[in-house]
Amino acid sequence: MSSTKVIHALYNDDDVLMDAVKQTRKAHHHIEEVFTPFPVHGLDKAMGLAPTRLAICAFIYGCIGISVATWMMWNIMINDWPQDIGGKPSFSYLQNMPAFVPVMFEMTVFFAAHLMVITFYMRSRLWPFKKAENPDVRTTDDHFLMEVAVSGNEEEMVSFFKNTGAVEVKVIEKH
Amino acid sequence: MYTFSQKLKTTAFILIALGLVGIVYGFLSTPKTIEDVEKIVAAAHHEGGHEGGHEAAASHDSHEAVSHEGHDEKASAAHHETESAHETSATAEPVAHEAHDSIKTETTDTTHVAVAPVAEKHEVNVVAKEEKKVDAAKEHEEHIQHVFHQLQNKPWAALYVACIFFLLVTMGALAFYAIQQVAQAGWSPVLFRVMQGITAYLPVGSVIFFVLLILSGTHVNHLFPWMAEGVTDVNSPDYDALIAGKSGYLNFGFWIGRAAVFLIGWNLYRFYSRKNCLAQDEANDDFYYKKNFKLSAMFLVFFIVSESIMAWDWIMSLDPHWFSTLFGWYVFASFFVSGITTISMVTLYLKSKGYLEYVNSSHIHDLSKFMFGISVFWTYLWFSQFMLIWYANIPEEVTYFITRINDYTLPFWGAVGLNFIFPFLTLINTDFKRVAPIVVTAGVVILFGHYIDFFNMIMPATVGDQWYIGVSEIGSVLFFLGLFILVVFTALTKAPLTPKRNPYMEESKHFHY
Repeated sequence: MSSTKVIHALYNDDDVLMDAVKQTRKAHHHIEEVFTPFPVHGLDKAMGLAPTRLAICAFIYGCIGISVATWMMWNIMINDWPQDIGGKPSFSYLQNMPAFVPVMFEMTVFFAAHLMVITFYMRSRLWPFKKAENPDVRTTDDHFLMEVAVSGNEEEMVSFFKNTGAVEVKVIEKH
Repeated sequence: MYTFSQKLKTTAFILIALGLVGIVYGFLSTPKTIEDVEKIVAAAHHEGGHEGGHEAAASHDSHEAVSHEGHDEKASAAHHETESAHETSATAEPVAHEAHDSIKTETTDTTHVAVAPVAEKHEVNVVAKEEKKVDAAKEHEEHIQHVFHQLQNKPWAALYVACIFFLLVTMGALAFYAIQQVAQAGWSPVLFRVMQGITAYLPVGSVIFFVLLILSGTHVNHLFPWMAEGVTDVNSPDYDALIAGKSGYLNFGFWIGRAAVFLIGWNLYRFYSRKNCLAQDEANDDFYYKKNFKLSAMFLVFFIVSESIMAWDWIMSLDPHWFSTLFGWYVFASFFVSGITTISMVTLYLKSKGYLEYVNSSHIHDLSKFMFGISVFWTYLWFSQFMLIWYANIPEEVTYFITRINDYTLPFWGAVGLNFIFPFLTLINTDFKRVAPIVVTAGVVILFGHYIDFFNMIMPATVGDQWYIGVSEIGSVLFFLGLFILVVFTALTKAPLTPKRNPYMEESKHFHY
């Protein structure tokens, strides 16, 4: 396969970037990626990205956490060795439940938080020693970069992006 | 400007009328004498079930024995004997003849075991039982006396719960309003007039509540045990050393004085805050806005102190032998979330009628988040109070929860379901927080749950195990609900629903989340 070409359009203002994204979407160019130095409010909506499902994951992880805590406390305190410790009723889980609630709560939060963060890392492919995918060092400081796949007339596209207020438009060979 | 719809006004009047009928019926059907109570107790047990079926089986048995012999003083030794008598009936061992009748009826009622062989050996035990007979008769009399007081308290307690609930819901809305002012919230100014409308109930509710407090103090009812005659008098048979020790704080003059100061303080803030807000509409600077800011900040300081003392005075002193340090916060969380829920529901109603053009789903979303968050906060305090006392199990504190768990099992645990589990699962979803039917459903559940919460705090201390949610309770709630609707929506017609010159108005109109 021959290599594909992409256009890198650079902006130095998030308002201009938002406008450019909207125009690009209107002109039916495919936006591959947008690199920004900070979160731009509403950018995901303008790009038409699907909403995140991370919160749903967290809820499920929380359910797992409370199940683990319940099973663990039941198994240790009620099932395995039901001792009389200071007169606490260890005849059934329910009878001694108030004493287990702090553990159940913390385990729920622990599972929900940590597993969600790990899910986030995995989904966004982040780990130590990962090679940075930054196409232009300025995008971590004060520039915004939109990467658009080239299709059809290359010249026309370059001039289109120049008109969207880009401070710089480059055509890059991507391998 | 809002116009009070005729339909809603009629509904409010019907609720008030129905409620009044219920309240009056509740008072009229209250037993007037000890004899009435004897009959009621007897009748209730003959029917075989308590209203609501809340009493434990064990006490049911002992009551049954009493009821069969109720009017026959000499035979009431059975009351004392029931537990052993019950066992005996199965094994057919000898028993005193005083107890005999009751066993016979009881066994035929319940176990269908014949008890004919008992007849012969009666005399043997008669002497031994003679002594107990006197005690038992006295005990029975005390028991009936106790039930009599509880039944007499019932319509009063029902009125008291509904009255304090609606009063404090208004206070919850007022506290939320003051916090929004002081926090300079950018989203809520479009809702200020709604909140002011809700707090318009405060003067009305305060007056009715204050009258109720005075009636308690003048011995028209027996809601507050520490107010009873003779409890602080060493020579009285009713002397209570614990209450006498607290009488420096719990005495009628000081108590009613505090209540007056708190109610007046809250009403003054409400009055001037609204006045300044209306004046700000006509002003051409921010003078009144700044004035309201300072006023709200001072009110919040006064409020948190008065709120804590209010919780001790009006709720905790119903159980004068019991105390809890986080009680004030717990009561606060309960009515604060109810107040926010009320704001949300009135807003949704007005919005659905097309009166709040600047309120969008983001405002509803924010209110829902508060409903969700404070519901969890209430649960945190509920559990903290319960768990600390349950864990340490110190007898003088734990009786509070023992009566509630044993006699109020369903309301006690049900409140957790209504106030925590239901709102937690429905309002945790971001999309659901904007859907009106879901928010209204959660709101109704939260408000009902917090009524039950107040019911749980007040009823066990006043009517004990004689509780049920009947005509008195429902009537009282309907009456105050009707009054609340009438006062609140009348107040909403008095001023434009959107303040004009609030510095955060533009931000609030364009608020989106």
